[in-house]
Amino acid sequence: MSAYDYSRKEFAAVFAELQKTYQIYGPKRFAGRGRFSDTDLIRYAPLASLDELELAEKSSLSPKSLVFPADETIFHFNDHEFSQPQLKENGEIIVLLRPCDINGIARLDKMFLENGDQADPYYQRRRQRLHFFMIECRESFENCFCVSMKSNTTDNYEVALRFAGDRVAAQVKDHRYAGLFGQKGRAGSFSPEFVSGNDKQVELPTVETMPAEMFNHKMWEEYDSRCIACGRCNTSCVTCSCFSTVDLFYADSRQCGERRRVWDGCHLDGFSDMAGGHSFRKNKGERMRFKTFHKIYDFRKRFGFDMCVGCGRCDDVCPEYISFSSCINKLSRTLKGGSDK
Amino acid sequence: MSLDLNRKTVTKNAFRITKRRNHTAIRIRVPGGHLNASQIARIARIAEQFGDGNLHITTRQGFEIPNIPFEKMAEVNAALRPLIEELELEHGVKIDNPAAGYPAAGMRNISACIGNRTCPFANTDTTGLAQRIEAVVYPHDFHTKIAITGCPNDCIKAHMQDFGIIAICIPEYDYDQCIGCEACAKACQRKVTGAIEMNGSKVVRDERRCIGCGECVLACPTSAWTRKPGKYYRLLVMGRTGKKNPRLAMPFLDRVNEEVVTKVIANTMAYVDRYILRCLPKEHIGYIVDRTGFNVFRDEVLQGVVLNTEARLAKTIQWPGYNTLNDANLKTTK
Ligand code: SF4
Ligand code: SF4
Ligand code: SF4
Ligand code: SF4
Ligand code: SF4
Repeated sequence: MSAYDYSRKEFAAVFAELQKTYQIYGPKRFAGRGRFSDTDLIRYAPLASLDELELAEKSSLSPKSLVFPADETIFHFNDHEFSQPQLKENGEIIVLLRPCDINGIARLDKMFLENGDQADPYYQRRRQRLHFFMIECRESFENCFCVSMKSNTTDNYEVALRFAGDRVAAQVKDHRYAGLFGQKGRAGSFSPEFVSGNDKQVELPTVETMPAEMFNHKMWEEYDSRCIACGRCNTSCVTCSCFSTVDLFYADSRQCGERRRVWDGCHLDGFSDMAGGHSFRKNKGERMRFKTFHKIYDFRKRFGFDMCVGCGRCDDVCPEYISFSSCINKLSRTLKGGSDK
Repeated sequence: MSLDLNRKTVTKNAFRITKRRNHTAIRIRVPGGHLNASQIARIARIAEQFGDGNLHITTRQGFEIPNIPFEKMAEVNAALRPLIEELELEHGVKIDNPAAGYPAAGMRNISACIGNRTCPFANTDTTGLAQRIEAVVYPHDFHTKIAITGCPNDCIKAHMQDFGIIAICIPEYDYDQCIGCEACAKACQRKVTGAIEMNGSKVVRDERRCIGCGECVLACPTSAWTRKPGKYYRLLVMGRTGKKNPRLAMPFLDRVNEEVVTKVIANTMAYVDRYILRCLPKEHIGYIVDRTGFNVFRDEVLQGVVLNTEARLAKTIQWPGYNTLNDANLKTTK
C-alpha cells in the first residue's frame, strides 16, 4: 500500500495516463438533461477527462447500470437455435464511486453471482471488467443514511481518492498502479476517512421473524394513495436488481428476434402480474411493504446483511415525497408497539 | 384653475386620462411579472403618497395607480426612477432619461406565467425571456401585446395576444435507457396528443403529433426522455379581444429558437410602421395584418431571419374567432 499527493493538474495527468489502458466511468453531469428544464442530470458515464467527474452532487441514477444495464440482450434466436451476443467492448473499466455504491454493488454480487448455484453470466462478464476507485466521502448528501446501514465504510477498492479543492490525494492498494501513481506525485500519507454520521438515521427492525400481522398492517395503507407507482425509487436504487424478460421479433419475421432483460421494479404496475392476469400486489401499500421487507429484512435472512445501503436515492427522486427512511423507522416503531404514524 | 394638458404627451408618458376629471393613473411596467418585495413596497408608497392609497393589478401583470392629480406627474416620474432602473435599464432597455418616467405606453407590458423559476412543467424561464424581449421592443409606441408561457398549458393565455410565445422542448429518446414502463405513452395519451405509442417494450414518438410539452420527460423514471439542449418556442400570432372580431392567436412558427422569435417581433415593428393607417387615432396590429394579408406580413417579418433547422413555418393561417356582428343565434326571451 502506498499514498501520494498531487495538485489537481498533476492528477489529471495520472487520469489521462490511466485512460490509455482503462475506460474510466464516474458520475457525470449532463447539462439541461434533468427532469425539469434548466436542471442537470447526473448519472454514471464514461469520463473524457478528470474535469467531467461530478463531485458536488449525488447522481440520481446509480452505477448499477455498469453491471446491470437498463436493457440488455441476452440472446438472439431464430426457429432452431440461439446465440449469446458478445459485449461490444471488452476492455477493463475503472469506476469512481463512493463507499455506499461499492457496498451496493457487493449486494448485487450476492443477487447475481451467489444466489443459487448458477452465477449470472451476463452480470459476471460485466462485473469482472470493473476496478473500484473509491471517492472518499466524508460529508453526506441530503437523505443519505449509510451509517445506519453500515455501508459508510469499505475496503473493497484498489485506489482511494480524496478531492480537496486543488489537491488530490491517493491511497493505492493495488500494486499494478504503483508505478503510474508514483511517477506524477509525491509520496504522502493519505488514508481515507469515512462519513461517521448522517442527518438521517434509521432504526432497523430487530425481530428474528417478522410477525404475520405486519403483512396486513394498516401502516402500509397510507401508501395506497400516496405512491403513484412511477418506479423511480426502483430505477435509481443501486441495489434493486429485478428485471423482466421481453422478446422482440425483427420486423417482418415470425422466427428471428431477441430476448432482452430490462429493469423492472416492485413499485411498477405489471411487475407481479402472472399469465392469466393474476397480480400479487395490486395496492401501492403492498408494494411498499414488499420493498421494505426485501431491503431490510428478507435479504438479511438470506445473506446476513441488509440489502439497502442507505444511499438515499429513493428519497431524492420520489416525486410524491415518500421517504423510505421514514418508512423503515415507522416499521420499527410499530414493531415495538409504538405509533405507526 | 383649469388644466391645459397635451393629451398625447401625457398618454405617451404612461399616464391615462381617467374618468375622474383632473386625475390620472400611472401604469407601471413589470416585464415578466416578477418583482421583489421592496419594489412592491416602493409601488405602494407611490400610491400612498400621490394617489389615494389604492392600486390595481392589471391583467398584463403591471400595476395601475389611480387618482393621482395631474400636477403630481413630475413627482411621480421622479419616484418611478428606481423602478425604471431596476425593472428596465437593468435588463438592457434603453431609456434616455429615466427621471422623466416611461417614454412610451403603446407596447403593453410583456406578461409571463411563473415559468421554470417555480413551475415544474415550464420549459424555460419565462420572466427572463420577457425581460430580454423588453429590451428589444421597448420603448415603442405601437399598441402590441406580447405574453410568454412556459408550456402548452398556456396559463398566461398566449392565445389571446398579438404575439403569444409558448416555450416547448424537443424530447430526445435514449433507446438503451428505456425500460418500456409505458409511463410516457400513458401521460402523452391521457394529457396531450397521443404522440407516443408502445412498440413492443420500447416507444416511438410521432414527431408531427408532438407539441413539445415535456410531459414524457417528466414521466420517465430512467431519464430515457430528456430535453434536447437549447430552447425552443412556438410563436402564435394575432390573437385579440376587442369589439369587432375577437379571435385566437395561431401558430406562425414552431420549434424556433429565441433569436428567431425576437427578430420576428422586431421586424414586425418595422412592418407596422410601414403599413399603419395614420389617419386613425390608433390601428391595432391584427387589423393591419387583415388589410395587408397574411402573406405580406409573413414575408416582411421573416426578412433577414435565419430559421434554425428544426423550425416549422405556417404557409397559411386561418384564425378562429367570430364577428361580434353575428347575432343571428341570439333571440330575446320575453
Ligand atoms: S432502497 Fe433507497 S436508500 Fe436503500 S439502496 Fe435503494 S435507493 Fe438507496
Ligand atoms: S418513487 Fe415514490 S411514487 Fe414513485 S414508485 Fe417509488 S414510492 Fe411510489
Ligand atoms: S403555462 Fe405551463 S409552465 Fe406556465 S405556469 Fe402554466 S403549467 Fe406552468
Ligand atoms: S413532449 Fe408532450 S406531446 Fe411530445 S411526446 Fe412528450 S408528452 Fe407527447
Ligand atoms: S417512460 Fe421512459 S422508460 Fe418508460 S416507456 Fe417511456 S421512455 Fe421508456
